[in-house]
Amino acid sequence: MERAAGDPGICSTRVSEILAKYSRRPDALVSILHDVQKEAGYVSEKAMTEIASELDIPVSKVYGVATFYTLFSTRPKGRYIVRVCENAPCHVRGARAVVEALERELGIPMGGTTSDGRFTLEYTSCLGVCGVAPAIMINEAVYGNLTPERVPLILKEYK
Amino acid sequence: MEFYRSHVLVCGGTPCVLEGCKGVRDALVAEVQRRGLEREVKVVETGCLGPCDLGPVIVVYPEGTLYQKVRVSDVPDIVEEHLLKGRVVARLVGEAPQAGVVKYEEPKYLGVQERIVLRNCGVIDPESIEEYIARDGYRALARCLTEMKPADVIEAVKKSGLVGRGGAAFPTGLKWSFTAKAGADQKYILCNADEGEPGTFKDRLILEGDPHSILEGMAIAGYAVGADKGFVYVRGEYVLSIERLGKAIEQARALGLLGQNVFGTGFSFDVEIRKGAGAYVCGEETALIESIEGKRGEPRVKPPYPGTEGLFGKPTVVNNVETLANIPPILLNGPEWFRRVGTERCPGTKVFTLTGDIKNKGLIEVPMGITLRRVVFEIGGGIPGGRGFKMAQTGGTSGGCLPKELLDVPMDYFTLPEHGSALGSGALLIMDDSHCIVDIARCFMEFFKHESCGKCTPCREGTARLYEIVDKIARGDGQPGDLELLEELGAAMQATSLCGLGQSAPVPIKTMLKYFRDEFHAHVHERLCPTGTCGI
Repeated sequence: MERAAGDPGICSTRVSEILAKYSRRPDALVSILHDVQKEAGYVSEKAMTEIASELDIPVSKVYGVATFYTLFSTRPKGRYIVRVCENAPCHVRGARAVVEALERELGIPMGGTTSDGRFTLEYTSCLGVCGVAPAIMINEAVYGNLTPERVPLILKEYK
Repeated sequence: MEFYRSHVLVCGGTPCVLEGCKGVRDALVAEVQRRGLEREVKVVETGCLGPCDLGPVIVVYPEGTLYQKVRVSDVPDIVEEHLLKGRVVARLVGEAPQAGVVKYEEPKYLGVQERIVLRNCGVIDPESIEEYIARDGYRALARCLTEMKPADVIEAVKKSGLVGRGGAAFPTGLKWSFTAKAGADQKYILCNADEGEPGTFKDRLILEGDPHSILEGMAIAGYAVGADKGFVYVRGEYVLSIERLGKAIEQARALGLLGQNVFGTGFSFDVEIRKGAGAYVCGEETALIESIEGKRGEPRVKPPYPGTEGLFGKPTVVNNVETLANIPPILLNGPEWFRRVGTERCPGTKVFTLTGDIKNKGLIEVPMGITLRRVVFEIGGGIPGGRGFKMAQTGGTSGGCLPKELLDVPMDYFTLPEHGSALGSGALLIMDDSHCIVDIARCFMEFFKHESCGKCTPCREGTARLYEIVDKIARGDGQPGDLELLEELGAAMQATSLCGLGQSAPVPIKTMLKYFRDEFHAHVHERLCPTGTCGI
């Protein structure tokens, strides 16, 4: 899914709507953060403060949860998040060379974001498609049986 | 019901989806229509068929012909040659034996396999509750509700000898009995679908291929222990699993198989999906519970166990996806039927995911107690590229590594631990002799360093130190005593960590030190990598 370029985050009305969808239940915090992350691409300090005040829990708790899970980010990221698996099954099948190809093609190191805000490159835990290792995930799309040669072809779809 | 002379099953599991099976399915439907065959040929998108590295995969019945790596451009040939003229398209059948046809049921794919959990995977359209019902779906639930008392259901599960398939191998019937006995106004059934063990993707493909079997298993568990509410906690990355499960829940509610007054018996049970957000530790049952409660997924101190004090403090059964998928057939066919497969100590089957340096990768289900040799060489087709077998890691990254000397060990939950390994979730990562043991060990330890939740000191500090020492050895800076230090640290972590993560993190390194010590020794004392691959 593609978000608008230069996304400033998420407006208070939307946060409020999302909270209403879950009846402002504190136990739905992970689901709420999922929705905010999906719309804004990250969970901003402002969003966390609003969630905390509406759920009547400390901001530190919301921040603690948002930073615990790797699918949430408290900083803006690129429009496309390229998640690379380097766990053992992918490692054995040559993930290292794929990582190098991605870093080379995008011109950024692991964990970096391209200067045009288009791509963020990061590691992920096992994607559960080890039968076609090595694998990467770009936003919600998974690619398997990767070779360094296929990397530029796949990235081209997003450039 | 309409009859068709041919059924074309298109594998719709995630590995095939990412190789383009949706396009192939659409092209098949269009081509079948263009040829006017839509009343004779039915195209069905199924769950995983098994051979994940050959996708997109399709099987044409009644012949059972397996076509692999099918492209949209191959579709006109398949329709014209096979479906119209009855001739097999030889170029799409892979390594064809003398007969010229690879049949899905033959040894390479299903011959050695025994399908209980995967009984419907790759057979039915997972988005059709009617197809599930046609394969005896929800009959076990009906039988439980109308013919059995809750205590009889628990007794049957106990008698079957089923143990938890998530890795811990706790007897399922016994687990249910704790929750059944606990007095409370509210109880819960949780399905643990937070499959994060590297190399494991069975739960993903079960959920994608047969979501109703999980719902039926959960409802039966609910009846047995007196719970009316269930949650399926699925990894956030499993987009297709979440989608199919969501559809299945709606279909079951619409037919009154979930919700109030199921089968008019007064029994009520409903299921909600909760998405994980990328934390390996949430596969641990108490961390999973914390996460459903909207908290950081940090494990709780046990006891109390979830069976008596779990979600929101209420008695809670937490079962793995594969465990639950075993429940309906056990109750439909009886515990004796289940015990005919597998070993005395460990009845039934095990679903494995074959990955790494092996010819046939993918999803298989075999009798419990099968040897590693049969899985690797008979089903897996051996090691590609003319290389030799070096080792197999069983049970995912938290499992142990077995050398070729142990290829004939029966794989079940009780025998593997006797060799320092674990059956775990059923991941089998095969590695050929090109790999350096230290490089692989570093990869394992990097994983745990990242995934430790940080709550308890032995795991938080231990995983980081294990990684540092192994990394140092891999860079050629190993010191005498490092190997002993790894073992000492590992033993301390196993004895003192709060949950299974810290307790199992040292398992791979311990078995590697046990079976491949010479190779570690060469790195430390001779600054030499025998395989020449780790860059020392």
